[in-house]
Amino acid sequence: MATQHSRSAARLMMTPAVILLLGWMLVPLVMTLYFSFLDYRPLRGAFDCCVGFDNYVRFFTSSSFWPSVLTTLQMVGGVLAITVIGGIFLAMLLDQPIWGQGVVRILVIAPFFVMPTVSALVWKNMFMNPVNGLFAYLWKFFGLTPIDWLSELPLFSIIFIVSWQWLPFATLILLTAIQSLDSEQLEAAEMDGAGVVNRFFYIVLPHLARAITVVILIQTIFLLSIFAEIFVTTGGSFGTRTLTYLIYQRVIESQNIGLGSAGGIFAVILANIIAIFLMKIVGRNLDK
Amino acid sequence: MARAVSTRTRAIYTVIAWAIGLLIFFPILWIFLTSFKTEADAISDPPLFFFFDWTTENYGIVQERSNYVRFLYNSIIISVGSTILGLLIAVPAAWSMAFVPGKRTKDILLWMLSTKMLPAVGVLYPIVLIARSLGIYDTYVLLIGVLTLINLPIIVWMLYTYFKEIPVDILEAARMDGASLRNEILYVLTPMALPGIASTMLLNIILAWNEAFWTLTLTTVDAAPLTAFIASYSSPEGLFYAKLSAASTMAIAPILVMGWFSQKQLVRGLTFGAVK
Repeated sequence: MATQHSRSAARLMMTPAVILLLGWMLVPLVMTLYFSFLDYRPLRGAFDCCVGFDNYVRFFTSSSFWPSVLTTLQMVGGVLAITVIGGIFLAMLLDQPIWGQGVVRILVIAPFFVMPTVSALVWKNMFMNPVNGLFAYLWKFFGLTPIDWLSELPLFSIIFIVSWQWLPFATLILLTAIQSLDSEQLEAAEMDGAGVVNRFFYIVLPHLARAITVVILIQTIFLLSIFAEIFVTTGGSFGTRTLTYLIYQRVIESQNIGLGSAGGIFAVILANIIAIFLMKIVGRNLDK
Repeated sequence: MARAVSTRTRAIYTVIAWAIGLLIFFPILWIFLTSFKTEADAISDPPLFFFFDWTTENYGIVQERSNYVRFLYNSIIISVGSTILGLLIAVPAAWSMAFVPGKRTKDILLWMLSTKMLPAVGVLYPIVLIARSLGIYDTYVLLIGVLTLINLPIIVWMLYTYFKEIPVDILEAARMDGASLRNEILYVLTPMALPGIASTMLLNIILAWNEAFWTLTLTTVDAAPLTAFIASYSSPEGLFYAKLSAASTMAIAPILVMGWFSQKQLVRGLTFGAVK
């Protein structure tokens, strides 16, 4: 189809994108890898070459490593559970014949477009503040003692805020997937006497399986690097220090570049493991 | 799978859906309402919903105190700049992969996607170091460059899925008629691809506008966009809910409107074509 000429022209047109992304990926990554083998603490003037795997050992054995892994898992797991289950429910609800469906859809999607710093600050101050927050009023209204959300239930609060931002994403994608479900199939099952529960588990859920997987993988990649929400609310205190935040603190706050870089390499490997699964699904789709 | 149902069932679903929709949207509505209150009304007990003295003074104060317009300007420059630059690089790439695919095209596409998965924190220090040694820390050049690179995979992918849907026959016909590569792109492909390019652009501006890792870590004053402006409200002094709300409203309103227009494209863009 294409001539040799257009073929080489096509390669040429692809080159800038490829070179830029290659550079973007390789240069910093190689630097991080290099730093991870140094004792490099600019504030103390320390710069020792080749300390071997010292940074890795120190990073993994430090008292903050495992708690941060646990926090990360809880945060990612919590948000995934809420958004996927809530998203399936909302997608099914929005798929029903309702008046003003378009408007409801817009209302549900809106939080996704709210800047993370805005969303975190507004929830922190206007809702979760123990004195003037809206939740405090609500609690007092029911005769309960207001909760200081971000210091008493910090992890839950951040999971809640992040879930509010990502629920629209899950809903939107699952809704798109659910709309491609053949309604005749459901009607046939209904006529054959399949109840609501059976129809959900044997028809709707299998149909959504791929979309759910995609939602989980994409969200995991974004959620692993949650930053602004923690930065603005707790600053990593009260047990909300995730792996990403821990590395950020090592590199930027305590300026221990070697240690932080070792952590960074670990984060890269972790993200790659998840990425492999996502790529397989996306790649399969390309062949169609 | 919408089916014919009785009016009563429909009414029940409608009520539930609207209740949940409003609940999810409520925080945004609350920001909007609070931005028109006085600081005293903003923390009144019980909370005031619609019956308060509406005032627009907060918007003026926010601008006066922290020069909102400057941050807004930075946000626009950075998000629009990185999107246009990204499109300039991505359109030719996506074009060639969609219309002149080679053996490696699929691998290259997947590899590009994989660069998006690179955790930012893993390369944070090198970027800071490079930026400082080049003297471009806290400048538009740096921010536009970084945001272009982090969003480039999404731009290429979105464009690719759009271009894929354009019938190749038309391009071949143009080639038969002797259209040069440049003319083929300019006069045949571009008009047909324009809707796809437009929605890619829209989604990208949204993503760049809301990006909050690099914009917070790579800026201090000069190039700081709205994400940093809002973050500066995190250690407040005195009464500030109404002002925070006014600032927030101004930061999210333009993007909210754009987002509603691009909701269909959002699915395609964010799932890399895996869900359409």
